[in-house]
Amino acid sequence: MKPLDPRLVRTAGAVRTHLAVTVVSGVLITGLILAQAWLLARVITGVWAGEGMDALGWMIAAVAAVAIVRALLSYLAEASALHSAARTKSQLRRQLVSHVTGSGRVWLAEGGDRENDSPRAGELVTLATRGLDALDEYFSRYLPQLVLACIVPFAVLAVVFWADWISGIVILVTLPLIPIFMALIGMHTQQRTERQWRLLSRLGGHFLDVVEGLPTLAVFRRAKAQAAIIRRVGDDHRAATMGTLRIAFLSAFALELLATLAVALVAVEVGLRLLGGHMDYQTALLVLILAPEAYLPLREVGARFHASMEGVAAADQVFTELDRERGTGGRVGDGEERRAPAPTGVPAPAASGDIRFEGVGLLYPGREVPALAGLDLTVRSGEHLLLTGPSGSGKTTLLSLLLRLREPTEGRISVRAPGGRWTPMDEVPADDWRLGVAWVPQHPYLFDVSVADNIRLGAPDADMDRVREAARMAEADAFVSALPEGYGTRLGERGARLSAGQRQRIALARAMCRDAPLVLLDEPTAHLDPENAGAVRTAVARLLEGRTAVIVAHDTGWAESALGANLRTTALPLLTREARR
Amino acid sequence: MSAETTAATDPWEVGERERRRDPLRRMIGLARPRSARFALGVLLGAAATGSGVALLGVAAWMLATAANHPSITALSVAVVATRALGVSKGVTRYLERLVTHDAAFRTLAEVRVRVFERLARTEPFGRFRSGDLVSRLVNDTEATLDLLVRGLTPPLVSVVTGGATVLVLTVVYVPGGLLLAAGLLLAGLAVPLAAAALGRGPGRREARARGGLSTTLVDTLQGAPDLVAYGAMERQVARVNEADAELTRVARRDAATLGLSAGANALITGLTVWGALFLGVLAVDDGMIGPTALAVLVLTTLAAFEIVAPLPAVAARLGSIRASGERLFGVLDTPPGVAPPTREGWEIDPAADATVRVRGLRVRYGPGEPWALDGVDLEIPAGATVAVVGPSGAGKSTLASVLLRFMDPDGGRVEIGGVDITDYPADEVRRVVSGVPQDPHVFASTLRENLRLARPEAGDDELWAALRGARLAGEVEAMPKGLDTQVGSHGTGLSGGMRQRLALARAVLAAPRVLVLDEPTAHLDPDTRDAVVADLLDAAEGFSTLLITHDLTGLDRVDRVYVVRDGRVLQSGTHEELLARAGWYRSVWER
Repeated sequence: MKPLDPRLVRTAGAVRTHLAVTVVSGVLITGLILAQAWLLARVITGVWAGEGMDALGWMIAAVAAVAIVRALLSYLAEASALHSAARTKSQLRRQLVSHVTGSGRVWLAEGGDRENDSPRAGELVTLATRGLDALDEYFSRYLPQLVLACIVPFAVLAVVFWADWISGIVILVTLPLIPIFMALIGMHTQQRTERQWRLLSRLGGHFLDVVEGLPTLAVFRRAKAQAAIIRRVGDDHRAATMGTLRIAFLSAFALELLATLAVALVAVEVGLRLLGGHMDYQTALLVLILAPEAYLPLREVGARFHASMEGVAAADQVFTELDRERGTGGRVGDGEERRAPAPTGVPAPAASGDIRFEGVGLLYPGREVPALAGLDLTVRSGEHLLLTGPSGSGKTTLLSLLLRLREPTEGRISVRAPGGRWTPMDEVPADDWRLGVAWVPQHPYLFDVSVADNIRLGAPDADMDRVREAARMAEADAFVSALPEGYGTRLGERGARLSAGQRQRIALARAMCRDAPLVLLDEPTAHLDPENAGAVRTAVARLLEGRTAVIVAHDTGWAESALGANLRTTALPLLTREARR
Repeated sequence: MSAETTAATDPWEVGERERRRDPLRRMIGLARPRSARFALGVLLGAAATGSGVALLGVAAWMLATAANHPSITALSVAVVATRALGVSKGVTRYLERLVTHDAAFRTLAEVRVRVFERLARTEPFGRFRSGDLVSRLVNDTEATLDLLVRGLTPPLVSVVTGGATVLVLTVVYVPGGLLLAAGLLLAGLAVPLAAAALGRGPGRREARARGGLSTTLVDTLQGAPDLVAYGAMERQVARVNEADAELTRVARRDAATLGLSAGANALITGLTVWGALFLGVLAVDDGMIGPTALAVLVLTTLAAFEIVAPLPAVAARLGSIRASGERLFGVLDTPPGVAPPTREGWEIDPAADATVRVRGLRVRYGPGEPWALDGVDLEIPAGATVAVVGPSGAGKSTLASVLLRFMDPDGGRVEIGGVDITDYPADEVRRVVSGVPQDPHVFASTLRENLRLARPEAGDDELWAALRGARLAGEVEAMPKGLDTQVGSHGTGLSGGMRQRLALARAVLAAPRVLVLDEPTAHLDPDTRDAVVADLLDAAEGFSTLLITHDLTGLDRVDRVYVVRDGRVLQSGTHEELLARAGWYRSVWER
């Protein structure tokens, strides 16, 4: 991993500002280090030569001035670093969010299948918040030290050479040894460390494994015996870790040893030449004070390397995410990318007309068995089509095609506005099409905003009367009004305040409020207890009145009794490997 | 060992005063058995830091002396000392890190054992069961390591080295020593503490803003299909950007505060060096010290701030370590969920009647909480299979917890063969009652190890017999490594159905008199579920079996079904009897 990722500099403007500020303050701080060393050496020598406070007064005052300016610079550099870090994080976050929510994201288009939380979503949230926070350390500690490490040793070296070339040579020879030795040790140990790392992570995971499995252990009366095993594994873990650390600490050891030893060598060497009269006292002191400064930034960079690399790694993950394929061609997402005209912002008239599937199939990328194959089907305006079939027959997939979350990989879908002619679905802008569609998924997602805002998700301009009317039609008004703040109650993460049946009714109210001519329902009463299922059925019957509907359901009994006259039932075949043969 | 003697010797069984102590101090207390090693580590660390400071002081003395051109013998000791210090710093630092890490890992190994033993005794089944909480508890345990290595040793090293340096400088020139003491205290103690205090407000503000952003982001990513379907994605992204702007605004405003400590430290260091110079020059003018002492005073002061350099990072870290300690001890101070038993040595006669009788059972998870079970009567005749069904939250799993002695009843009795099970220690009861707990854990080990949990002395023949009982033998035979197959973390190498069958095989292997199966088909798809239930009921032949489930698959094969809702038994009877009556059972069946 590079200490400074060029993509980071390119992508985030704040990084460039920060680099400029850091370089300027680095140069100034270098100047102050040199000034302080010269002043200290000069005053001490002056006192030794018999000069008093009168002669040295201004130089002593200058030492105080240097201290104050250096403190101010440190403060400003740190504050500006945190400032830049905040801006950089914001820039990266926004790019990340606009990238993953942009049209055609594979993982977004997984349709209504939310039974298993997408781990990707959790990862991305962590990356966008905590992950990027590691950049604070990188900006405020690591980068400034890196800049100092590039300036200070050379400046010190130049001054020492000018003052005393022999000491200059000692520093010149030892300084490069540090990175060379560290690289050599690093190369030698890396392989060994990696091998041990696997062992370590296995032993380290053992404790979590047994704590998670404690009830199981308890049931079989193994909990007490397990304590001895934990002790043994803990000892193994310690032994293995110490083996790794003995090697891992070697590079720090080399750095520390070389830096201190070099200072000691310089000190002895100038001391002996001062004794022999080959050097003056002030020069000797200047060299002694400056010598440790040449090594200090290198040590600091080394010490902060690992902590700061977390920030670089987080930024790297963001860039990997940004580079991820834009979907997988035309299979996923909106047809508008290819053929459809720009959205107009009014519902597509075709949504209230007929829909025709001709040999439609969908094969998810990376799968062998298609989720849907060879489907011929017509949905006529105003009818209620009930789709049944075993799980795996592609019912939910069909809905995601109608929602334009995915595009078929074979066959075609055509639509016809009332009184119009058949046109391919992908010539209708997806946004306009969706304006004419209301969707109630199997597990509707409720947002952590007020109940009212959840209901008017698809109709942001709806006033409270319309929201309340939608809720009443969806059998939701009574329990919503009973919430502490009624329609203004925030629902908490994923609508945690509500039961499954209540969430379903809020989703139905959302669909009512959308007031769209085409309604898509996915297993609206699955997983509900009898009372809730009854309320949901009543609400569904009201929602479907006067609208075209496609309903997916495992079992058909309730739909036949609740929906009546214009119901048509179609069973989808099971698409297993056997069925395809 | 009886419960009483355990309590007396258990170091976790602590009094009220101990509980109120600072969690950091209690965590440090955990390291007491290793205090000799830690002391050695501190000494080595002090030697390392001290070497660096002494190097500059000795070198300053050497130069100041050499400036007067004495004979070389006057310098020989200083020359040797300088070279020795140049080597000793790196060596002692390396040794210090090894010694403290070793001691800290030893302590961690012990703390893990104690945490585990404590959990096993108090609450293996209660509040800490959610995956997040368990992994946080494990992380909090590991925080002990962080405290000992990075939180405890560096301050002690600073105290030792700082004290020694101040002492030496006081010998050189008293005001110089006092000045350094003041500077070190300010930079090492006052500034880090003030920075931690100042940082608390910004930390809270940022945490709040970050929380807002997280929630909005979670909504955006997980609710994406709904947002796209309802054309609301653009508005939602605008909300994310608003939350992001808020977080950035807070962070930028607080940057001004958080930068203060870096500036303050530079100021204190610079001004202390200046003070040493100023006082020293005055003292030389007054003839109180010589020019050599001045050089030693100034250069030692310059080098001495290395002593406190690690402390700001320590102060910043202690907050999160303390929070870990609080959570850790919060778990460990929880009183046991089961009262100490009064009797021991329960020998249930193999021929005796193992009928389970539950009478008026009432349980709740704490005073003031609603009743999870509110007067349940139930009977499992010896050798019979009884099912308990009901919606989630009905109290079904609580019943399993009581039978498995994870919880005490708050009222009523549970008897097996006429014996009240609360009279006996948990592990004795579990020789008689065992089975498949809710979400049975598959350990990251081999199939053989996972099975032998239930009976460590079981030979391969018995393992295979149990696998056959659970209808898993065929699949294991097909695996190239057979019983030695590694199943991966959480058994991810197995399918969901295989994991449940493995848990069932374990229960069969344990061969208890009473078999409790708590939601053995959760998380399975319908086809697998039907097959597992069928095999399970076959395997349960001969046991007294309690099957807890939320769906009605296979219940036509059990002897009696109890419908539980809101902690009470609503209906009971055979499958046919229940279908003949209107009620929950029939309405669920008909759906």
